[in-house]
Amino acid sequence: METAGKSVPTIPGNTFLYQLKRKLPYIISYGILAVTTLPVIFMYLWLIIQSFASNMKYGLIPEGFSLENWEFLWTNIVYKGAELPSIWTATWNSLFFAGMLTVLEVLIGVMAGYALSRLTFPGREQILKITMILHAFPSIALLIATFYILNFMSLYDSLFGVVLVKTALQIPMTTWIIKGFFDDVSWDLEWAGLIDGCSRIKVWFRIVLPQVKPGIASVSIFSFLSGWSEFLLLYTFIVSNENVTLASFLQRLTSDPNMVNYGVLSAISLFYLIPVLVFFIFTQKSLMKANVGGVKKV
Amino acid sequence: MKVELQNITKSFDKKTNTIDNMNLTIEDGEFVALLGPSGCGKTTTMLMIAGIYKPNEGAIYFDGEKVNDLEPKDREIGMVFQSYALYPHMTVLNNIAFPLKQQKVPKKERLERAKEAAEMVQLGHLLNRKPSELSGGQQQRVALARAIVKRPKLLLLDEPMSNLDASLRIEMRAEISRLQKKLGITTILITHDQEEAMTLADRIALMKDGRIVQFDTPMNLYNEPDNVYVAKFIGTPPMNLVEGKIMYNKLQIDKQTYPMDKSRFHLEHGKEVILGMRPYDIQLGWTEEIRFLGKIELLESIGHSKIIHANVFGKRLQLFAKQDFQAEIGAEVRFSVQPAAIHLFDKKTGKSLRKAAPYGDEMFVKDAALQ
Repeated sequence: METAGKSVPTIPGNTFLYQLKRKLPYIISYGILAVTTLPVIFMYLWLIIQSFASNMKYGLIPEGFSLENWEFLWTNIVYKGAELPSIWTATWNSLFFAGMLTVLEVLIGVMAGYALSRLTFPGREQILKITMILHAFPSIALLIATFYILNFMSLYDSLFGVVLVKTALQIPMTTWIIKGFFDDVSWDLEWAGLIDGCSRIKVWFRIVLPQVKPGIASVSIFSFLSGWSEFLLLYTFIVSNENVTLASFLQRLTSDPNMVNYGVLSAISLFYLIPVLVFFIFTQKSLMKANVGGVKKV
Repeated sequence: MKVELQNITKSFDKKTNTIDNMNLTIEDGEFVALLGPSGCGKTTTMLMIAGIYKPNEGAIYFDGEKVNDLEPKDREIGMVFQSYALYPHMTVLNNIAFPLKQQKVPKKERLERAKEAAEMVQLGHLLNRKPSELSGGQQQRVALARAIVKRPKLLLLDEPMSNLDASLRIEMRAEISRLQKKLGITTILITHDQEEAMTLADRIALMKDGRIVQFDTPMNLYNEPDNVYVAKFIGTPPMNLVEGKIMYNKLQIDKQTYPMDKSRFHLEHGKEVILGMRPYDIQLGWTEEIRFLGKIELLESIGHSKIIHANVFGKRLQLFAKQDFQAEIGAEVRFSVQPAAIHLFDKKTGKSLRKAAPYGDEMFVKDAALQ
């Protein structure tokens, strides 16, 4: 019996050139991708190294290891002669803002999405179209009007006020996404629940909602991330120290270009990144599902 | 439970009536099939009985009580959907126990009864699976168990077997028949398969365009169709239909005339009619009174017998021959039919021209059909 080893030289598939030719398209495409993503990777690397170095020669080469830049975790930073609020206040505020936004968005989005998907009422189609247009407005265009409204309602400089603004801006998209998920739940399932002894609301809660769990998960993730990274609205409408969030906190550190401590800045940036990374690792699966399952229909 | 539909009308777009002035009475314990082609309003009728849709006009009575405004949950019904509509996020056991949970049956009793229902449809070994891990036939059994677990007074089956393959369908048919007899539940079955309706139902309501065309026992539908539509729909292969004209007391087709039984049919001179003959009623050879000469166009063997497709008057008729029947395509074939076994319909209205059949005659017709 001829062994596999003996027949090797006769098969063209095993010659070096053939292998190279077969893999060439991959080598080229991966090469291009590697080169183009290098700056991003380099930036993150620089961020990490900088935060742990005591000094950067020419701004590039690290010299000595130190935790000095991470001192903000236990002491308040003094910047331009004034003491900034504790990083933990900012972290808590960011968490509160993102969490509150998520809860409100999911709550309203789930109910509105169901109504738009299932109920027939006059103006349903118009509402669907208008919400789409609403989403097209950049929030910066609405800043002044929003300021007036918040001020009038005495919600200026209140985190909850900004949560309301952000929720209002996000709701159209959330509703659309969740509506797509509800569209995929068959009427039969709902009717079966009604016949099996549920009221309409109970059917919605017990039978329909569990079917759109992936949709709820993806919307929660997206809204949490967008709340965590929100800057403009918070920067505009929050002034007091005790209401500062992480994004604004970072901005305060860079307000005077001549006095920026890049070591501290990169340490705080990393700190700001960690929750997002952790969150992303845990929710990646649901996110992928959402991209596949979130079909949109009118 | 006795179910009555009185003058039910349902419209979805205010222009056309999906269900048009329907009257239907289903006796307690009866198995009734709603039969008809897709889009004839069978499912709409059922959803109205279930309370999902509300009729625009008319009334629905359960045991003499008007239930138009009763919520589905309070109607004491069980239903199997065409898609089965199992709850994907629950196990088989929880699916079956769900209706009981809604009735607030204590947990222990609930699980016991759910298991009992699962045993009844031979699902006892799959209780902890999710619906997505089951085959179509198993899913169908879960749906059936879920429908009967709360001991409903009315069981609704919406094309329960249309998603199963042929052999499973026959198995499930027997299963459903057995369960219905055992539990004695009033049952309504929706189907477009006339064989399913014929084998399962005590009575069949044949529907067309939102109306009931004929509501009768399967054998009466087969033997005494009230119109051409029923005649065509019931029976496989379908009834042979040939157009002709009444000449005095005889039927004229092309240039042939055939004697007609005046005591059976209203014969009106000059009337255009349709002659109907069941393939099973046609005999090979000129042994009976009404005789035809045709050309064989096609010979199909179906195992126990052969189907001859014969061309007569430019029309293709089907009849049965014995298993060993041999003939060339294009050969002439003689066949005949008893006058008592034929059907006559008014060509214009499609209505049967049969007089209210006297007793003896009816027996005769039935005997002929059994041959």
